[in-house]
Amino acid sequence: MRIRFGFVVLVALGFLPGAFFSSTPAQAKKLNVITATTDMAALTQEVGGDRITVESIAKGYQDPHFVEAKPSFLLKLRQADLLITVGLQLEIGWLPPLITQSGNPRIQIGANGYLDASQFAEILDIPTGPVTRAMGDVHPLGNPHYWLDPENGRRVAKGIAGKLGELDPTNASYFQEKFQDFDKRLTTAKQKWDADMKPYHGRKVVTYHNSLPNFAKHFGLNVIGYVEPRPGIPPTPSHTIELIGLMKHENCKIVMVEPYFDLKTPNSIAAQTGAQVVKYLPSVGGEKDVTDYFKLFDYDIALPTKAFQATQ
Amino acid sequence: MKNLITWVVVAMLLPIPVVAQQSTQSPQSPQDSSAMEQRIKDLEERIIALEGQVRMLKATPAAAPAQPSPVPGGATAQPQVATAVPAQAQVPAEAAPGALPVYGGASASAKALNPDISVIGDFIGKAGGNSVQPTPSLEMHESEIGLQAIIDPYARGDFFISFGESGVNLEEGYITFTALPAGIVAKVGKMRSAFGKVNMMHNHVLPWVDRPLVTNNLAGGEDGIDDAGVSISRIIPAPKGLFLEATGQVFRGDSGEDDSPLFHASRNSDVSAVAHLRSYADITESTNIDIGLSYARGHNELGTDFLTQLYGIDATLRWKPLRRSIYHSFVGRGEFIWSQRQQVPTEQRAFGFYTSADYQLGRRWFLGGRYDLSDRSRFANLTDKGGSVVLTYWPSEFSQIRGQYRHFSYADNLSANELFMQVIFSLGAHGAHPF
Repeated sequence: MRIRFGFVVLVALGFLPGAFFSSTPAQAKKLNVITATTDMAALTQEVGGDRITVESIAKGYQDPHFVEAKPSFLLKLRQADLLITVGLQLEIGWLPPLITQSGNPRIQIGANGYLDASQFAEILDIPTGPVTRAMGDVHPLGNPHYWLDPENGRRVAKGIAGKLGELDPTNASYFQEKFQDFDKRLTTAKQKWDADMKPYHGRKVVTYHNSLPNFAKHFGLNVIGYVEPRPGIPPTPSHTIELIGLMKHENCKIVMVEPYFDLKTPNSIAAQTGAQVVKYLPSVGGEKDVTDYFKLFDYDIALPTKAFQATQ
Repeated sequence: MKNLITWVVVAMLLPIPVVAQQSTQSPQSPQDSSAMEQRIKDLEERIIALEGQVRMLKATPAAAPAQPSPVPGGATAQPQVATAVPAQAQVPAEAAPGALPVYGGASASAKALNPDISVIGDFIGKAGGNSVQPTPSLEMHESEIGLQAIIDPYARGDFFISFGESGVNLEEGYITFTALPAGIVAKVGKMRSAFGKVNMMHNHVLPWVDRPLVTNNLAGGEDGIDDAGVSISRIIPAPKGLFLEATGQVFRGDSGEDDSPLFHASRNSDVSAVAHLRSYADITESTNIDIGLSYARGHNELGTDFLTQLYGIDATLRWKPLRRSIYHSFVGRGEFIWSQRQQVPTEQRAFGFYTSADYQLGRRWFLGGRYDLSDRSRFANLTDKGGSVVLTYWPSEFSQIRGQYRHFSYADNLSANELFMQVIFSLGAHGAHPF
């Protein structure tokens, strides 16, 4: 019996010697930050500069609700000193099992290296009444697409700078300086964006998914409807007809679509209402040359303003 | 919680008299109004920060860190916020996430501490006869209740209790220690073992209505290797881009169906063991390959001197283009299992496998097929085989309707043609399943 049990224990523990070859991250090294999305990575890069390394799990051209929890992401997570999430249950479908399986105590939910960036931002669409799935895939904590308001970008960057400084106190002042610099550049850029969008204040738009409330609020757009009948539910013929009627009635000429959605329904809506389909980018990295937070807004403002002019 | 909300309200109201006083003292000058604007903006920032902290408190009370994070300036953030307001508006209200003390609030926060609860219903209707593997015409096959929560900063707990139409079964119930040294993840409790792919899957995540023949013939049937024990796994350092994970598990030694168990512990020392090595690599950002080797060993119902050993290889090829990830995907999979069962008069060596392919046609439609072939573990010279075609429709992420046509030809010269219809529906917050 002793031999048998010994065998079993061997099977169970046979791989443990691998533990001794593991590299424990040295504290003196650069902070290794992993973010759920590219937008958080871009903001982290702004305030972290060259004193950190940062990488995003999701790609910018991917629907952040439906990322696959690939094991290769575990390789990144197990080495991370800090995990930054968008929060508000955006990543609920894929991130929790990755965190559990990573075997990295630093980034477990509630640990010091886990940062939910939504705590810094102004959150819209927080449901006030009871939430049911009859509303579709609603986010009961509020709309998670908050980074598309430059003011929220500023707030989140500030929060991240604080967190980086907490984890790496020797560079805390560097991160603060980087934030101040980002803050200044953002203020300048924002003035231009605000000026570009000002003539179109109050213009009516339709979006595919409800991912633009913060953008619309900041730049004064009026979102009157969605191509999806409910969040996460694909377009239905009856809803599409209703939406076409609404757009004609409201004289709405713009349909804004994320790059990861099928263009068939938006195109047919546009054809019947004389509207233009604008493929906007919800995230940094959605197109090759949109490499940082500033270029994201440059891109997302250039397209609709052009469309607004064309459909005046 | 009530107390906290009071604090927030106080924090919001305090500045009003300050602002009011100022505006009555001096006539409006451009300087004043821009200063006031700045002040209002700062207050707005502060309210947003406070709202964020309230959200954090509501959302993850269980997950609050055990040790308060060091806040520059010493004192806890709560009084700091309250006293800072009348002073000077430009003092940044430094957000100290998670460091706020939670005052009172028994009922509200107690609710927030409840685990995520989900129920998944699995209804199966069937047309066609099968005398070898009989199943009812209409059946509420399973109702699975999931209770999942983070226990403390060091562990999480998961319970999956499955109800048949009569009878209850603890499908899984375990604690996962997530904060162990050296990257080790340990599970303790009752769990589906890491033998291959299908054995780990709950019924509702299978791409078919039924389980493959090889599972039924060689690997313990619908419940599979599902036992009480301890599991330890760790990612093994490997060349760049390659993911290697080793898992070792020790169980009591009881698995499989009651009438024909896979493993059976006649004595307490008859424990069973499972080892699994998983390798995974991304070929491109949309294509990846996943190959696993499995081994299981336990005693069978004939007694302590009779061993059953299983060897398995599984391979999965997945394709999902990231830009169109919600519309198209492909999964090709195969599992090959060799069984070596000691029994009288002679040891039986049986082999079986399935291969399957599933293609996502559109956002809501999936088409799949499966080929089955398997010897029987107790009579290795008897071989069953068959195939299935499956069509699945998703009204939303939370329900699915599936049809499956299945043809089996059993070794006893019996064949069965069956048509299954399955409805799966999910209530509540069911945590994501491992990839």
